Amino acid sequence: MSELRGIYTLWQREIKRYLRERTRLASSFFQPLLWLVIFGSGLGLSIRSSTGLNYQEYIFPGIIGQTLLFTSMFMGISLIWDRQFGFLKEILVAPISRISIFVGKMLGVSTDSMIQGMIVLMLGFLIGVKITLPIVIKVIPLMLLVTLGTACIGLTLACFMDSLESYGTIMTFVNMPMFFLSGALFPVNNLPSWLQWVVYVNPLTYGVDALRIVILDGAYVSSFPLYMDLTIIIAFDVFMILAGTYSFSLRK
Amino acid sequence: MNAIETMDLTKKFGSLTVVDSVNIKVEQGGIFGLLGPNGAGKSTIISMLCTILKPTSGTALVNGYDIVKFPSQVRKSIGIVFQDPSVDDRLTGKENLEMHADLYGVPASEKRSQIDKVLELVELSDRGNDLVRNYSSGMRRRLEIARSLVHTPKVLFLDEPTIGLDPQSRDHIWSYIRELLKTEDITIILTTHYMEEADKLCKQVAIVDRGQIVALDTPESLKEKLGGETITVKSQNNPLYVEKIKEAGIAKSVVIAGDEVKVTVDSAHTILPSIVNIAALNHIFIESISLQEPQLDDVFLHYTGRALREGGGKELSGMGAIMRRQIR
Repeated sequence: MSELRGIYTLWQREIKRYLRERTRLASSFFQPLLWLVIFGSGLGLSIRSSTGLNYQEYIFPGIIGQTLLFTSMFMGISLIWDRQFGFLKEILVAPISRISIFVGKMLGVSTDSMIQGMIVLMLGFLIGVKITLPIVIKVIPLMLLVTLGTACIGLTLACFMDSLESYGTIMTFVNMPMFFLSGALFPVNNLPSWLQWVVYVNPLTYGVDALRIVILDGAYVSSFPLYMDLTIIIAFDVFMILAGTYSFSLRK
Repeated sequence: MNAIETMDLTKKFGSLTVVDSVNIKVEQGGIFGLLGPNGAGKSTIISMLCTILKPTSGTALVNGYDIVKFPSQVRKSIGIVFQDPSVDDRLTGKENLEMHADLYGVPASEKRSQIDKVLELVELSDRGNDLVRNYSSGMRRRLEIARSLVHTPKVLFLDEPTIGLDPQSRDHIWSYIRELLKTEDITIILTTHYMEEADKLCKQVAIVDRGQIVALDTPESLKEKLGGETITVKSQNNPLYVEKIKEAGIAKSVVIAGDEVKVTVDSAHTILPSIVNIAALNHIFIESISLQEPQLDDVFLHYTGRALREGGGKELSGMGAIMRRQIR
């Protein structure tokens, strides 16, 4: 009971801090917009689609996946931030387990990413994707599943790093390949086979595929069946939560 | 029951023994001072008592709970103010306190009143809803003290609570702490570099050096034990001077502290002329000379052979100047 209250208060803190950072909120609103409107319409005009969708519609779920990944990876830095500014000590000496601290942090970061993801989802009307209530209801739990795993990647990396700068570097190394090789921007079926393997081990591939199935609602011919996407995402989440809590408990 | 009792508490990092079989008993109530030079092991002792670090061997009881077996019970009964800041400056003062109350499981019915009470104690009631990033460093410190009290701890650890604060803020903090001792049933463990503070406030003082407790008593009896008076001389050839005074065999102890020589004697008034004579005979030029009754500083120096803030620059000489009586 007291552990749950601890998790709740840590979760609440992450969200409060996130919502108070107005410039970050604004910038993370514009970035997906640039991808969608400029990149999407620019590139969309010069390539012929093999998917039967217009290019902007095609990348829209991919951009949501990108937003979830980038935001949760970026928020992982808060762990290093807390350590540098001393606040982590206050949490570490509280009568609450390391697991609860990690879970509180993870849920907070995931919620932040989901808020961001929901904002991008609402931008769908700009490019003519119809966002209906059933889609929203299905997309929320799916976003949570995708972002739990990515939040844990960020937090796990942060467990092993002491400086904000080195985290920033590593973050780019993880973000970019995961994003580009997830099928967010182009279909992965036509890639050379060595690259296809990288795509298949990338957990975000299944996230983007599932998002596409749910958001484009039938118009999209999926790479994998939805149940397979979900199974792999959940397996990855479980693995990352275990890896993350273990890494966090290793630190003094 | 003692507030704290350590049994051969030991901590090793690799082959380095940082805390070496420490045995302390701290009675309930009042302030217990833990003094020692940097790196003496004070922080490690406190970290172990707060269950942040596990002892290599030995153990301790804090508020009756074993730190190794019941860390969670220990954590619930202690409050800590760290030496370095540890508040979240993107939250308001009140939010910081609310979070603390949640983490420590303060009953929801008491949460409000408890937070209002501690804010009032440190005179931050009117600033509770401001973001901490807009607080001054003294206010942040006060907030940290308030926070450590939200869950009504039985034992409060204050690690250098006044370091880096201006004299006025320091006075404020000590007046809150005195107020606290009057109204609450609480024991305070204090580490500080300010000897006059320790002297005035502490019921008992332990001096830690190289991981061991080298002295433990009330400040008064520690000073009495040292006995006599201290003559402080600043000369142009301190090492030679020390040697010559030792040769003369008139002093109980002679040590160099910073750029001064401290001579402990039974009666300064009769021995002072000889001290000056020794300098004259050896052609040592004396820049200044003063005499004082023993201070906790001298006790510290006696047991550790070092001044608490060696090379502590301006602040030490400034404080020394206030404490020292000019020669009559």
